[in-house]
Amino acid sequence: MNEFLILIHRDLKSKDASPSPEQMKEAIKPFQDWVGGIAAQNKLVGPPKRWDLDGRVVKKNDVVTNGPYSEIKESVGGLLLVRAESYDEAVEIAKGCPIIQWGATVEVRMAIQAV
Amino acid sequence: MEDQTLLPHLFRTEYRNIVSVLCYLFGIQHIEIAEDLVSDTFLSATELWSLQGVPDNPRAWLYAVAKNKTKNYLKRNSLFENRLSKEITYSADKSEEMEIDLSEKNIADSQLAMIFTICNPCNAPEAQIALALNLLCGFGGQEIADAFLTNKEVIYKRINRAKEKLKEANIKIEQPTVAEINDRLETVLKTLYLLFSEGYYSTSQDTPLRKDLCSEAMRLTILLIENKATNKPAANALLALMCFHASRFEARTNEKGEAILYEDQDQTLWNKELIETGKAYLNRASTGDELTKYHLEAGIAYWHTQKEDTAEKWENILSLYNSLLILEYSPIAALNRTFALSKAHGKKVAILEAEKLKLTDNPFYFSLLGNLYSELDNEKAIQHFETALRLTNSAGDKLTLTKNIQRLKEAKAVNNKPA
Repeated sequence: MNEFLILIHRDLKSKDASPSPEQMKEAIKPFQDWVGGIAAQNKLVGPPKRWDLDGRVVKKNDVVTNGPYSEIKESVGGLLLVRAESYDEAVEIAKGCPIIQWGATVEVRMAIQAV
Repeated sequence: MEDQTLLPHLFRTEYRNIVSVLCYLFGIQHIEIAEDLVSDTFLSATELWSLQGVPDNPRAWLYAVAKNKTKNYLKRNSLFENRLSKEITYSADKSEEMEIDLSEKNIADSQLAMIFTICNPCNAPEAQIALALNLLCGFGGQEIADAFLTNKEVIYKRINRAKEKLKEANIKIEQPTVAEINDRLETVLKTLYLLFSEGYYSTSQDTPLRKDLCSEAMRLTILLIENKATNKPAANALLALMCFHASRFEARTNEKGEAILYEDQDQTLWNKELIETGKAYLNRASTGDELTKYHLEAGIAYWHTQKEDTAEKWENILSLYNSLLILEYSPIAALNRTFALSKAHGKKVAILEAEKLKLTDNPFYFSLLGNLYSELDNEKAIQHFETALRLTNSAGDKLTLTKNIQRLKEAKAVNNKPA
């Protein structure tokens, strides 16, 4: 088994970045069901955390700016660690991410095993 | 109470009280002396009461005799000089005066100290449970053997080995400190949870015995809740869980001791009082920021006390199973989660998720698949039920599976009949 990082990028700048409470409610349940389904296969590495939208960005010469990193269009909206045999399997898991249909991009990365 | 039932009843309730107090006094190294003195007390009661009749206050009689026997033993024996004199300044009069405190408070304190000693992780969970049943609940070797579906010799060996381990590790019998409670309460709750489950899910057909195990687990959990230091949200959540499960005890087996599935249970047999008590404890558990698996399981059990299938019920159960699995994976939670998914979002969605679980050596996996495929594809459903039947050892499950296969085959025969 390998460990994979599933990184959910979303556009935090546009108007869609702050969904209404109804939209949130509508989105959270499928998200929980998706994570629950991964956990039910015993493929979840540790409980996922929820991340705020506040954020700080640190650059060279101690430059610190407020807000999550958003110079590229999409910032990190969430991340989880899963177990999978291969990229194919990890991608199958990632495809289930319900936020994709709201425009999120999901990046999948495999952890390099310690030698 | 009849004389014939009085003594066994007192044995069940008082043996553990006196043993706890004496163990608390003597320390772990002399646990057998405490047991011998109490057994001897009950032996005297058996002999004298049958000749002279039962005394007016049998409990006070037992306590007085246990105290005397203990004092005599201490006077006669080097135990007092060698071991206890280091802690209690020795003098001939002192041993006469030494207080063997059988007050309600000291009994509760002693039992609490004993719970923390017995639920020490130096012993495996099954050894902890056997020891707890023996010393904290006053169960005999035969009863424990019946509960575990094994023989007395195995249980005696298990108990003695567990005692030796506690002695080797020199575990103290004392009131747990705040730091110890935080560290160790989890192990204690786990043992009580397993003790309850042993009674609730045991394949033993002995229903009264199974009820006793459950009520003992509840009594010990209440003991934790009655003590300010151990009255933690997790303990309240565990008790709520036990109350909700126990509320269905009368409804879940027939007079032959065979299991009745949740769907087929007579709801009027559910104990409403226990359900209400469970709700009260669940409310008390909802403080602080710790969300334990007992909170989640109690939540799931709470929703099961509502018999009617509503969308709200199954969405909530599904959410709680999601959280439970994220906290701690177990195959049975994965299967139950998938069942809840089928109730909330339909069988087709659940089949897709079920087939990802790949628990191919687990009979419940195939009986779940059998249930999900029933009515959608009866041919496949029958195949899954047959696989489950091959994998299971439980007579009750075999019966249920055979009935399911029969029912589907009959449905097929009816459908195939020419119109």
